[in-house]
Amino acid sequence: MSRVRVLVGTRKGAFILTADGSRRNWDVDGPHFGGWEIYHLKGSPAEPNRIYASQSSAWFGQLIQRSDDGGLSWRAVGNEFAYEDEAATHQGYDGTPHPFEFKRVWHLEPTPTDPDTIYAGVEDAALFRSTDGGLTWQELAGLRRQGSGERWQPGAGGLCLHTVLLDRDRITVAISAAGAFRSDDGGRNWRPINRGLRSDFLPAPEAEIGHCVHRIAAHPARPQTLYMQKHWDVMRSDDAGESWYEVSGNLPSDFGFAIEVHAHEPETVYVIPIQSDSEHYPPGGALRVWRSRTGGHEWEPLTSGLPQRNCYVNVLRAAMAVDSLEPCGVYLGTTGGQLYASTDSGDHWEAIMRDLPPVLSVEVQTLS
Amino acid sequence: MIRVVLPYHLRTLARVEGEVRLELDGPESLGAVIDALERRYPPLRGTLRDNTTGRCRPFLRFFACQEDLSHQPLDALLPEAVRCGAEPVLIVGAVAGG
Repeated sequence: MSRVRVLVGTRKGAFILTADGSRRNWDVDGPHFGGWEIYHLKGSPAEPNRIYASQSSAWFGQLIQRSDDGGLSWRAVGNEFAYEDEAATHQGYDGTPHPFEFKRVWHLEPTPTDPDTIYAGVEDAALFRSTDGGLTWQELAGLRRQGSGERWQPGAGGLCLHTVLLDRDRITVAISAAGAFRSDDGGRNWRPINRGLRSDFLPAPEAEIGHCVHRIAAHPARPQTLYMQKHWDVMRSDDAGESWYEVSGNLPSDFGFAIEVHAHEPETVYVIPIQSDSEHYPPGGALRVWRSRTGGHEWEPLTSGLPQRNCYVNVLRAAMAVDSLEPCGVYLGTTGGQLYASTDSGDHWEAIMRDLPPVLSVEVQTLS
Repeated sequence: MIRVVLPYHLRTLARVEGEVRLELDGPESLGAVIDALERRYPPLRGTLRDNTTGRCRPFLRFFACQEDLSHQPLDALLPEAVRCGAEPVLIVGAVAGG
C-alpha cells in the first residue's frame, strides 16, 4: 500500500509526518535540528529515502544535512557555497552596488534521476549544484553573468533564489526581486523570461528585470505550462516562460505566495490569496485555498475545514505541496504553525498538526 | 591542552557533551582552536566563521579569563591560564532572537 511522507521545515526545526495511503492517521517525528531554521527539505525522486535539508541560523550560518534512511538519521554534508566571481555586485535596498554574499539556502532540488545530483537556490541569489550528494557545491555562474545580475535588487525577504524547476536540460529559476530566468543547456547559459509581467512598483512596470516573483509551479507532464504567483498577479505561461499572461480572474486578491498544481490534472491550480503586500494575512480573516480547474481565470474558494473567522496567518511560498495519490492530497503549512491536509483535491481540509513553529516549507513524498 | 565550552547548538551538532579538550599542534591561538574544532568535528565547519570569507560569525563571542577575545587577532596567543588548561575558552552565542 502506498504511504505518504510530509517534510515540514519550520523556524525551529524539521518535522516528518508519515501516514498510509488513507492519510487519516499521522505519525510525527521531530523536531529534527531543534531550534534551527529549516528553510527547506526535499527527498530525491530517484531514491526517496535520500532527503536533503537546509539548516541555518543567524548565529551559526548554513549547514546542509542529508539522510539516507528516510529521515531517521542525518549527517552534515558540504556547506561551502563559494561564488565564482567575488567582485560581482547587485543592487542593495538603497540602489547602491553590494557584493554578492552567501547568506542561506532557500531551496533544494534533487534531480529526478540521480540522488547525488542536487541544485541549491541561495541568498544572495545564485544557483549551485552538487554532483556528489551534497559534499561539494559549484556555482552555475552563468546565471549571475547573463547580463542583469548587477541590477538585481532584494525583496523584503532578501535577494533569494527560491524556485528551481527541472525539465531535463532546461532549468527554470525565480528570484525575488529580479524575476524568472531559464537555461536550456543544463545551466551554462541563462536569460530572463519575464515578458508579460507587469509590476507597478517598478519605474518601468514592464521592465525585463526587477519583478518580485514569489513562486512558480508546473505539472511534470506539461513542463511548458508554468503558473506563477507574483508579488501581485497570478500569471501563466504556455511556452515555458517565453511570455506570460494574467489568470487572476475572480480571485479576491491576487497577492500571495504559494502556488501549486494538482498531481493528476495539469489545469487544476491552487493559490492562497493574501490580503495585500502590506497585510500578510488572508482577506477577511478567512483562510481559503482557491482552486481553478481551468488553468486560471475562474477560481473557486475551498473553505471546508479551514478557519473562516479570525484567522490571520500567512502561507509562505514553499509551504504548499501535493501528493500523487488518488484522489490527490494537498497540504499547506501556516505561519501560525498549523499543517492542513486535504485528501480529496482540496474539497475538505483537516489540521493534521496545530501547534508547530511557523512553517517555512512543506514537501510531500508519495512512497510505494 | 585547551578546554573549550561550546554553545548548546554546536555541542548538539558535534555530538559532544560538556567541555571539549583539544591538543593543538602550533601556537595556542584562537585561530588554532577553531582550526582544531573544525578538524575534529567536521559539522562545525562554517559555523564559527564563514567558510569563504573566514570572518568569525557576528553573533558569536569568544571569552576567556573574564576577557572578550573576540576582537583580538586570530593568531594572538591565548591567555596563559587557557594555555595551561586552568581556564576554558567560552564560545557564546548572542542573547537574541525569538
